Amino acid sequence: MSTVSSGGRRIGLVVGLVVVLCGFAYLLYGGIGENLVYFVTPTELLDKGEAAYDAPVRLGGQVAPGTVRWDAEALDLRFAITDGENTIQVHSTGAPPQMFRDGIGVIVEGRYTRDGVFESTNLMVKHSNEYRPPAEGHPPSEMYRSLIREGES
Amino acid sequence: MISTLGFGTIAVALALSVYGAVAAVVGVRTRRPELVQSASVAAYVNFALLAIANLAMVYALVVHDFSVSYVAQVGSRATPLFITIISLWSALEGSILFWGLVLAAYTASAVYLHRNHPGPLVPYATATMLVVGAFFYMLLIGPANPFEPVWPVPADGPGPNPLLQNHILMAVHPPLLYLGYVGMTVPFAFAIGALLSGELDATWIRMTRRWTVTAWIFLSLAIVAGMWWSYEVLGWAGYWAWDPVENASFMPWLTATAFLHSVMVQERREMLRVWNLSLIVSTFLLTILGTFLTRSGIVQSVHAFTQGTIGYYFIGFIAVGLVFSLILLTGRGTELRSAGNLDSPLSRETVFLFNNLILTAFTFTVLLGTLYPILAEALRGVKVSVGAPFYNKMTLPLCMALLFLLGVGPALPWRRAEPDVLRRKFVIPGIALLVVAGASLALGLRQPYGILAFGFAAFTLCATLGEFAEGARARMRAHGESPLVALGRLIGANRRRYGGYIAHLGVISMAVGIAASSTFQKVRDVTLKPGESVRAGAYDVRFDQLWAQNEPHRFVVGADLTVLAEGKEIGRLAPRLNFYGDRDEPITTPAVRTRPHADLYINLMAFERDGSSATFQVIIEPMVVWIWIGGGIIGLGGFIAVLPGRRRRREAAVVTDPVAAGKGGDV
Repeated sequence: MSTVSSGGRRIGLVVGLVVVLCGFAYLLYGGIGENLVYFVTPTELLDKGEAAYDAPVRLGGQVAPGTVRWDAEALDLRFAITDGENTIQVHSTGAPPQMFRDGIGVIVEGRYTRDGVFESTNLMVKHSNEYRPPAEGHPPSEMYRSLIREGES
Repeated sequence: MISTLGFGTIAVALALSVYGAVAAVVGVRTRRPELVQSASVAAYVNFALLAIANLAMVYALVVHDFSVSYVAQVGSRATPLFITIISLWSALEGSILFWGLVLAAYTASAVYLHRNHPGPLVPYATATMLVVGAFFYMLLIGPANPFEPVWPVPADGPGPNPLLQNHILMAVHPPLLYLGYVGMTVPFAFAIGALLSGELDATWIRMTRRWTVTAWIFLSLAIVAGMWWSYEVLGWAGYWAWDPVENASFMPWLTATAFLHSVMVQERREMLRVWNLSLIVSTFLLTILGTFLTRSGIVQSVHAFTQGTIGYYFIGFIAVGLVFSLILLTGRGTELRSAGNLDSPLSRETVFLFNNLILTAFTFTVLLGTLYPILAEALRGVKVSVGAPFYNKMTLPLCMALLFLLGVGPALPWRRAEPDVLRRKFVIPGIALLVVAGASLALGLRQPYGILAFGFAAFTLCATLGEFAEGARARMRAHGESPLVALGRLIGANRRRYGGYIAHLGVISMAVGIAASSTFQKVRDVTLKPGESVRAGAYDVRFDQLWAQNEPHRFVVGADLTVLAEGKEIGRLAPRLNFYGDRDEPITTPAVRTRPHADLYINLMAFERDGSSATFQVIIEPMVVWIWIGGGIIGLGGFIAVLPGRRRRREAAVVTDPVAAGKGGDV
C-alpha cells in the first residue's frame, strides 16, 4: 500500500468516501420515508380515504364524553376520539393513565384498521390546558379522600 | 433590589466581554500586551460577576422574593428548600443564567492556566470565549432575562415543573450537562485561535486535551444520568426514546468522541488537521443547536418549556458561527495539508478513520431524524414525527461496527500490523466471540443484533483485557512486580492510554446492559384486588393495600406491594402517583427493585377511588443496572486520562511552556 503515490491515494480515498456517503445518504432517505409517523386529527385521517388504513399515525383529539369503556379485569379499553367534527373509535389494551377521562386531550399511536377501529399501541395524555372540564371534588386530595391513611391529614 | 443587582451585573459582564474580545484582538494585532492582559482581567471579573448574579438568584429563590420574574415563575412557598435551590436550572431563564456562570468559570480558568503560553493563540482563544459569553449575556438582558421586576408582587408561585422536582437526579443531570456542553467552548475557542493565529500544528490540541476530555466526561455522565432519570421517573421502564432533546445531547457527544480519537492521529502522524478542526467546530455548534432545540420550544418535550423569540437568537448565532468557521477553514486550506500519510490498512490509524467515519454517519442520522419534523412542518406544513424504528434501523449496524472496532483498535499498532501480531492478539477474543454468539443462539436468542451485540461485547472485552494483561506481564518480567502492582503502575504510567481502555470497558458494560434489557424485557399489565398476587419472573408480587397522603408540596397515592420468592417475603415496593399543586395529571413514581441480573419495575397505572382494586404494570428488565455502572466506568476512565501525573506536574512547574511539558507526556 505504501508504494501507491500520495496523489493517487488521495483521489482513491476521496472517491471511496463519496461512494460511501452517497450510499449512506440513500439509506437514510429510504429509512426516514418508511418511518415517518404523521400527526393527524380524526377529520384529517378520514379525509385520507384508502390511504388512512394500516399506516402508522398519531391521532390526536379529545376523548368523546360518555364513550369510555374500561374493563379492568381484561385490561381492555375502548373509547372514541373526536375533534368536534369527526369521531373515531379507539381500542387499546393496557391500563389508561390515571388522569384519563372524558374530554381530556389525548394522542394515540397506532393504525386505523378496516373495521373502522383505531388499534392503539400507545396512549398519551396531552399535557395542555386547552380543554379542562371541572373535575368533581377537585383537588386530587378531595377526590381520593377515602384513601388517606388514618392519623394523617 | 435583587432585580437591579442581577440585571446590573449581567449588563456589566456583557460590556466587559465585548471590550475584552476587542482588546485581545487589537492587542495581538498591534503588539500591545497590556491590552491582551486587560482582556484576561475582563475574563476573571466576568466570573466574579456571574457568580454574584447566580448567588443573587439563589438568594431570591430561597427567600421567595416573588418580585423577581424567575422566582415568580418557578418558586413556591410549599417547595422544599433543596428543590427551591436547584430550580435555578428548572426553566429557561435560570438555566441560561447558570450556563453563563459555567461559561465564565471555564473562560477564566482557561485564560489563567494558559496565560504563559507565548504567541497570539491564547489571546485569540480568549476573544472567542468572550464573544460566546457575550452572546449568552445578551440573552440574559434581552429575551431570557430572569431578573425582570414583577409588579404587583404575587404572594406565591406555582413551583417548578413537577416532572423536574420528582427525583434527585434532577439535581445532577442539568449541571453535568451544562458542564459538558459549555466545556466544549474551550477547545472550540482554541481551534478558532489556531486558525486565526496560524499556529496550525497540534499545539492547540495538546493544550486543550484535558479541557476536551473533562467536558466529554461531564457530557457522558450527563447523558447517562438523563437516561437513568428517564428510567426512574417517567414510568415507561425505558431510558432512550430518541426524543429530540436526548438527541441534542447525544450529537455533540458523538462528534466529541470522534474528536478524542482523531486528535491522536494528528498528534502521532500529523494527519487529519482539517478534520479535527471541523470536528471540534461541529461539536461546539451542536451544543448550541442542542440548547436551541431544548430551550426554544420548537420541539414538544419535557425539556422544551417556552415559546418565544429566543430561538431566532440561537439560529442567528449558529449561522454566524458556522459561516465564520467555514471561512477560516477554507482560508487556511493550503496550510492545512496533511504532513503524514497512511502506511497500511492494518493499523491503528485506519481503525480511527473508520471509527470517525461511523461516528460522523451516526451524527448525521441523528441530526436528520431530529431536524426532519421541524423542516417538514416549516416547509410542508405537516406535523410528523420520526419513529424510533428509523433510528434503530440506521444506527444499530453502526453501533455493532463500533463495538467491534472497540476491540480491534487498541490491539493494532500504529503504522502497520504484522500477521503474527494479529494472530497472537485476536485468537482468544475470536474464540470468545464465537462461544458467546453460539451460546446466545443456543439459549433461544433470535434477534441478529442481540446475538451480534453479545458476541462483539465478548470479543471486545477479551481484546481490551488482553491489552491490560500484556502490559502488566511485561512490567512483571521487567521489574519483578506482583500482578496487581504491575497493573496499577501500568495504568499510572500511561494514564491517557489505559484511562481510555477503562472507558472502553464502560462502553462494553453499557452495550451489554442495553442489549439485554431491550431484547429480554417482559411487560405485563394486571389489575389486582388487595391480597391478590401476580407472577413476575422468579417472584410473586402481592398487592396489600392502596393509600394516600398529603405532603406539603404534593399529594401522594401509593400502593403497598410485597415481593415474594418461593412464598417467602424478600422485599416491599411502593409505586406511587404524585399530584402536584392544582394539576390533575399525576406524575408516576415507579418502584424499582434493582439487582445485577434484572430489575423488577412496577408502575401504579390506575386505581379505584375506594381502593378496591388497582392496575399495575409489572416489568422485568434484565441487566439494566449495567448501563448505569458502565456510565460510571466511562467517567472513571476519563478521569484517569485527565489526571496529571506526578512527574508531569513537576515538569510543568519547571518548564513554563506548556507545549514542551505536553510533549514530555504520555502516548
